[in-house]
Amino acid sequence: MQLILNEEQAALAKTATDFARKRSPVARMRALRDSRDEIGFSKELWKEMAELGWTAVHIPEEHGGIGLGFFELSLILEAAGRTLMPEPFTSTLLLGANLLIASDDAHSARWLPEVCTGDALLALAWDERGARNRANRCATRAVAVDGGFRISGCKESVLDAHTADRIFVSARTGGQDSDPDGITVFSVDPAAAGLTIERQTRIDHRNCARVLFEDVRVSTDDVVGTLDSGLSLLEGTLDRATAGTAAELFGTTDEAFEIAVAYLKERKQFGVPIGSFQALQHRASRLFIELKLAESAVIAAAKAVDDAPDNVPAQVSLAKARISDAAIHVCNEAVQFHGGVGITDEYDIGLYLKRARVAELSFGDAAHHRDRWATLKGY
Amino acid sequence: MADLETFRTEARLWLRANAPQSLYGTREGRFDGFWGGRRSTETDPDILRWRDVMADKGWTAPTWPVEYGGGGLSRDEAKVLDEVMTELELPPAVVGFGLVMIGPTLLDYGTDAQKAEHLPKIARGETRWCQGYSEPGAGSDLASLQTRAVADGDDFIINGQKVWTSHADKSDWIFALVRTDPDAPKRKGITFILVDMDTPGVSTRPIELISGSSIFCETFFEDARVPARHVVGEVNNGWTVAKALLGYERTMIGAAISGQMLGVEDELIEQARHYLGCPEGRLPDPMLRDDIVRAAMNDQCLNLTVERIRQSLREGQAPGSESSILKVAGTEAKQARWELAIRIAGQQALGWEGPGYTDDELQRTRNWLRSRASTIEGGSSEIQLNVIASRVLGLKFPGT
Repeated sequence: MQLILNEEQAALAKTATDFARKRSPVARMRALRDSRDEIGFSKELWKEMAELGWTAVHIPEEHGGIGLGFFELSLILEAAGRTLMPEPFTSTLLLGANLLIASDDAHSARWLPEVCTGDALLALAWDERGARNRANRCATRAVAVDGGFRISGCKESVLDAHTADRIFVSARTGGQDSDPDGITVFSVDPAAAGLTIERQTRIDHRNCARVLFEDVRVSTDDVVGTLDSGLSLLEGTLDRATAGTAAELFGTTDEAFEIAVAYLKERKQFGVPIGSFQALQHRASRLFIELKLAESAVIAAAKAVDDAPDNVPAQVSLAKARISDAAIHVCNEAVQFHGGVGITDEYDIGLYLKRARVAELSFGDAAHHRDRWATLKGY
Repeated sequence: MADLETFRTEARLWLRANAPQSLYGTREGRFDGFWGGRRSTETDPDILRWRDVMADKGWTAPTWPVEYGGGGLSRDEAKVLDEVMTELELPPAVVGFGLVMIGPTLLDYGTDAQKAEHLPKIARGETRWCQGYSEPGAGSDLASLQTRAVADGDDFIINGQKVWTSHADKSDWIFALVRTDPDAPKRKGITFILVDMDTPGVSTRPIELISGSSIFCETFFEDARVPARHVVGEVNNGWTVAKALLGYERTMIGAAISGQMLGVEDELIEQARHYLGCPEGRLPDPMLRDDIVRAAMNDQCLNLTVERIRQSLREGQAPGSESSILKVAGTEAKQARWELAIRIAGQQALGWEGPGYTDDELQRTRNWLRSRASTIEGGSSEIQLNVIASRVLGLKFPGT
């Protein structure tokens, strides 16, 4: 498995990082937050990135994409993570688009071309209170009625639901609350009767919502994939979203580390830069080691999506476990290195801490993925 | 790539035809390779024959030039050869510091005469080497070393003491750092010199360790007379050579890391099942289970990182800053493995010798004790953290 970037990939990574730094510095995210922007990101900027091809890199050519690979998308996500971009990468590209790439049906043909052009935004409503990253814990029900279903339930932490052009939702069409079988994914119009979107504010000020379904009517044509067998579709999608989130979190963490090291060089106490103190040097070196080891895992996970589908679950758990631990360690230490100013809103490092924490707890934290690793390996 | 696959097939055929039957399956375990040298007590005819056929083929030092006893293989071919030997579970025919430390250093810094004198014998396992760096007063602060070498005609007269000279009592030659200019700044007055251990005035004494073994020695120099032609690089420029060699040492430790991790997770799980009485299913101790996963994941990250470095080198790129982490991360991973093994075995890990303990248990305990040295030898973890801070992160000590 190739773990180093080829020339094209290195060029893409550089272009994406330059773009993020120039067009979306942290100050922009701050301004969107402070103005309580209605959208919370910029549709114009999203469209601009679509024109660069970034919303289409991992989407197959038959659906209007470029068909490069998931690894290329992970490089863009890493760049976005570096400057805390609030654009809907996770909701539209990692969750929505990956679901439709896997389902490869009429819904894919309907939505993916518009995702590529930046015209359609998607959301995937799968999480529920108490689900703790297990898509089989689905209490939302879809009851069969004449020619279709009625969906009722409450979905939590639905990323970018309030701006989505289409919402995909998992609902139980059979079985009991935790059964692996009996889950179906439906395509739903956000404007459908009985559907309520409650926008939530989280610590990272990206967009998230609670989505309530009260007898929302869907037709049999709205089934994505196959009836009652939606779990594997969801799990494959969540694995890919996790790999992408790990890449984005690596970008955020690596940047937080760079900010912290720069501060160690700049801040003077006792007449010298505090980075000259061995007590801090060794801690910084430890963080560096942890980060570099995690980076290898993050690369391997994204590569596995493209080249080794059978290894995806284990590689994804490896990546998410390691980058989650590294992120918390790095960001907590980075705030500590900053001293008093580290806990002020004025300094960016606190924003990194908050963004990293959200990514860490999304799609399973380190403990969740260690448990899954052992389970996959039969101990 | 097709060429590599051809090479793989050829290598497999050749090894199958030439490796003694008794050596298959001996790559792992107690047998740690043929270290060779004039003092070797090895009598097993298969091990000696294996050495002969492999040395004749040049595959004891696969990437060295053929004229110096090497195989002239590319890095990729050497990796394939190693993979095939791993697959056949064949041990390397010769091991030692000659092949991995002084050999590469001589290839880069030695004169033609030095290369011709030493490299073929190293490749054949005819000379065994040890490293004379540390002194009682110069450990982490290596550049403060005091062993003196004074020029006398075409020779140097050496006086002083080295410590932690691994296997010095079994070695034929030592590569040593000596002070040739006591008035220069401490890194500027050091010379890198090769000394025959049979030189009058050179003596050695093993140091007993907490593991019960004595791989490390003290080595003494009392008016030892060494020809100046054995200086590697220039007089007073030994620090440059010394640092290059440390680079090979860390590369070696790095390369050993990817090997050392193979199968560790399975081994720990098997031991856990045995001692916890849980032949199948989920391990009953959730904390232990989590710690095994942590260790396994760490090993996996290390393997991937070593592979990244290997790929960068293959592409002709300088390895990135990730190579600086291998010594610390690799040795700590090794320690974590043995710590876990001890914890899993519980009371059975406490045996020193005698009845009530299996050979494996006794060996595991010794391995654990031995592993405590790994974060100290070859540049302590603390020194490595200093190096990362200063060279990679650009964090400087005051006044440097």
